[in-house]
Amino acid sequence: MEINPINNGIVIDHIEAGKGMEIYNFLNLSELECTVALIKNVPSKKTGKKDIIKIDADIALDLDVLGYIAPETTVNFIKEGKLIAKRKVELPKTVKNAIKCKNPRCITSVEHGIDHVFKLVDKESRTYRCIYCESKAND
Amino acid sequence: MRNLLSITDFSVEEIEAVLDKANDIIAHPENYTEKCKNKILATLFFEPSTRTRLSFESAFLSLGGKTLGFSDAANSSSSKGESVSDTIKVVSCYSDIIAMRHPKEGAPLVASFVSDVPIINAGDGGHNHPTQTLTDLLTIKREKGRLDNLTVGFCGDLKFGRTVHSLIQALSRHKGIKLVLISPEELKVPDYVKNDVMDKCGMDYVETTNLEDAMPSLDVLYMTRVQQERFFNEDDYLRLRDSYILTLEKLEKAKKDMCILHPLPRVNEIAVDVDADPRACYFKQVKNGKFVRMALILKLLGIE
Repeated sequence: MEINPINNGIVIDHIEAGKGMEIYNFLNLSELECTVALIKNVPSKKTGKKDIIKIDADIALDLDVLGYIAPETTVNFIKEGKLIAKRKVELPKTVKNAIKCKNPRCITSVEHGIDHVFKLVDKESRTYRCIYCESKAND
Repeated sequence: MRNLLSITDFSVEEIEAVLDKANDIIAHPENYTEKCKNKILATLFFEPSTRTRLSFESAFLSLGGKTLGFSDAANSSSSKGESVSDTIKVVSCYSDIIAMRHPKEGAPLVASFVSDVPIINAGDGGHNHPTQTLTDLLTIKREKGRLDNLTVGFCGDLKFGRTVHSLIQALSRHKGIKLVLISPEELKVPDYVKNDVMDKCGMDYVETTNLEDAMPSLDVLYMTRVQQERFFNEDDYLRLRDSYILTLEKLEKAKKDMCILHPLPRVNEIAVDVDADPRACYFKQVKNGKFVRMALILKLLGIE
């Protein structure tokens, strides 16, 4: 299957196979006007298979959010058809407004206009906790 | 500008200094009667708590200051839908320091983002209650002479008991602390305290459901109330309320110099005749609470 190379844009590579759609939704890529390709189950030497997302526009990608949801990915920045930068995504120290605290006792459940912020408390287990009530993300 | 939102906002040395100051206030109260003259403390209690509010007000009046505030969210603009941020922005115009209690966890942190004056967390939901922890630490230090090498039993509601979480956090920074966590299965210490505090610091702890068996090893026994307001379900509350009741009979197995603490108010978890036992320290704790709040206020206002 052929997907045309992009001229100016971003390629999110080495996505764990099956996780591409989740990232697509999380980053709200459906709202983009440009060409976006989600390629599933691409053969990979390293992992057997992987997903890839190609975005044919130079958008401001929130790498922290990407790092939170898929820290194994690599982001390639393409300009005029050439690879100008390659970044390995890392677990961000804090995640802002990408996830919401589900604790009904948390102040974020009633106070409008405040950021939902989660802090990385344990890198190994990828545990994030709400800075307000210390509940685990996605608990 | 400093706030006290969680006990870990202060280093061990800073806490020691607050406790030392509290001891000096107890020894020489006459030296402190005008330290906060012309200052105003706002006590904002979005959730009722007569005890803690009166302790703050008594502390500030004893420092020569004046107080204002509300004791129930129904008497504040929050009942009209005002946000915590807006309430604090307004009140910080009227006061030099704010002590606030709120039923939602993290409300004092939101307050600290917008306040021009120091914020003291006087309890946020089931989360933190650092001034109670300072009170507990001062009482342990005065009664046992140290904050290290102690076996401390916590009994009752260890899940929602914010005083328990804060005190465990504070004790985790001292050497030789052994915890005995006595509670029904449903009210065990939550994971975030276990994983992020106890396990991370390599604390020595055991969990048990039996108070009598744990009793002989304890230097300090911290009793708690099963709090009705933390339950969404009345049946669960009624079932667990009477789980652990401390009586003179159970105390027979305890060390002669064990120290019994309780953040109060108590319902029935400590039998009234235990009050006369020399090991009962919970009313001394109340008195210590006022002095340690005086010391804390002085520190946050930068007054020697």
